[in-house]
Amino acid sequence: MFSLSVIVLLPAVALAAQQEKYSVGRPATVEQIRGLGAAIAPDGGGLPEGSGTVAAGREVFAARCAKCHGEKAAGDIGPALVGGQGTLATVKPFKTVGSFWPHATTVWDYVNRAMPFNEPGLLKPPEVYAVVAYILSLNGIIGKDQIMDAKTLPKVIMPNRDGFVADPRPDVGVKPAKKK
Amino acid sequence: MSVSGRSSRRRMLGFGAALGGGLLSGNAVSSAADGVPGQLGIPLGPYGERSPFEKVARWRRDTKTPETGSSSTPLQDSVGTITPSSLHYERHHAGIPTLDPAMHRLVIHGMVDRPLSLTMAEIRRLPSVSRTLVLECGGNSGSEWAPKGAPDVQRSFGLVSCSEWTGVPLALVLKEVGIQAGASWVIAEGADACRMARSIPLAKALDNILLAYGQNGEAIRPAQGYPLRLVIPGWEGNANVKWLHSLKLTGQPYMTRDETSKYSDLMPDGKARIFTFQMEAKSVITFPSGGQTLAGTGLYELTGLAWSGRGRIERVEITSDGGRSWVDAELQEPRLPIALTRFRLPWRFEGKEALIASRATDESGYVQPTREALIAVRGTNSGYHFNGIKLWKVQADGTVTNV
Repeated sequence: MFSLSVIVLLPAVALAAQQEKYSVGRPATVEQIRGLGAAIAPDGGGLPEGSGTVAAGREVFAARCAKCHGEKAAGDIGPALVGGQGTLATVKPFKTVGSFWPHATTVWDYVNRAMPFNEPGLLKPPEVYAVVAYILSLNGIIGKDQIMDAKTLPKVIMPNRDGFVADPRPDVGVKPAKKK
Repeated sequence: MSVSGRSSRRRMLGFGAALGGGLLSGNAVSSAADGVPGQLGIPLGPYGERSPFEKVARWRRDTKTPETGSSSTPLQDSVGTITPSSLHYERHHAGIPTLDPAMHRLVIHGMVDRPLSLTMAEIRRLPSVSRTLVLECGGNSGSEWAPKGAPDVQRSFGLVSCSEWTGVPLALVLKEVGIQAGASWVIAEGADACRMARSIPLAKALDNILLAYGQNGEAIRPAQGYPLRLVIPGWEGNANVKWLHSLKLTGQPYMTRDETSKYSDLMPDGKARIFTFQMEAKSVITFPSGGQTLAGTGLYELTGLAWSGRGRIERVEITSDGGRSWVDAELQEPRLPIALTRFRLPWRFEGKEALIASRATDESGYVQPTREALIAVRGTNSGYHFNGIKLWKVQADGTVTNV
């Protein structure tokens, strides 16, 4: 009898745990969600209003970026942002925004969330569009007169757009060790 | 038992005389702490400190900006399998934020029925689990791709640590918010200055990811993500987002900077592998290892650490002739899946040059490859995810160097 009651009781407890929700927390507000870094999808989802020109970007870059990335974006304290196209399959690959990054949206997202290094979040969306336009222009990816906004930026084809492949591992080391 | 045994034996052989003399004479602290009969020790305290004689520390790779970079766990001085929280490796991209847990919120949004904001108290109210798990930076041992690697095990293999992590299964929280059809990825974002973000497949989030707030029996350290981080069993450290404040469910990966331009593996053909999350089986001898010196010929206990992102370590073999012959090491139990596993082997140093290395096999049958085998497939520009066999050269005079 005793063991039977235990058997009956245990599944009942387990079922309760499976079905009930803890119902903790509060509904997240629009303000809370908006305040969380505004992650940008490769299709441009999440990009805000505003636009920026290459010329405006040159100004932003000189004021906010050149100190670390160098006057010509060739790198200093921060990495180089130009060059390297055609080097990825060589013995000395030079990975930059221009040669390696597959999506222009990632440049926008990263500048917006993480730059300038010592004051991330400082740049307003039009400034981010502008400085991204300038960097893309320096790499010859867009023309000097192109304007970057939520519509044009996701349409930019980066040189290394198709340069990424899925993880094929295990690719090495699959052979079991010889038994002695 | 054998840990302390090895440690004390090594000290007896190597440093016994110097240790005894130095401690008694040099240091003012020692006079009260030597346990001299009739002298009181220091009073009790609220939070423990290690002995003032212990100087083991992380090694920080020099960077142009001190807020970025990494610091490595001193594997050569580690005993057992748990890494003290204060010696856990670090990798930060914009410094360590100071977050008040009373103010911290985790917001879950995107493709969910009920976007939710959770306080730390609410997260701690949910059912918790604890798991001992290894955490390894995707860039650990990156120096080994180069012809001449780092000189010692801390610098070449030290971006790996093992803790008991406590937290809430992410799957449980995701069920609370209601996942919408079409959701397939989770964008995790930290509250550090750069708001480091990674895309994680929803399938993994529903499998075994932890929303962790505890490390080794107390709150996670600030450098490890206080008050909340992701712990993703077996996956590269960078994806285990620290200072977690946002989880956005989406229908696609967001191709963030740290999963495209970083932590991707560039192959010889110029293509880069992306989302190489899982850390593969790996091991390294920590004694004797680069920079150490054997005190003389005789019997030693060779030891080291093995781990695999795929599960348990099944076997570790040791060579002392550069890979021509191998013998099985003893594995310390319990061998927990995806955790550091310590191996040991009695070894006699004859005063002749020896090339020593360890080779791990995990429960999936995967065998740790040689550096040459890795390079034959991946070249030398991939930068990340190096798990090759590590050779140390014990020279005839007992000094140990990188090969």
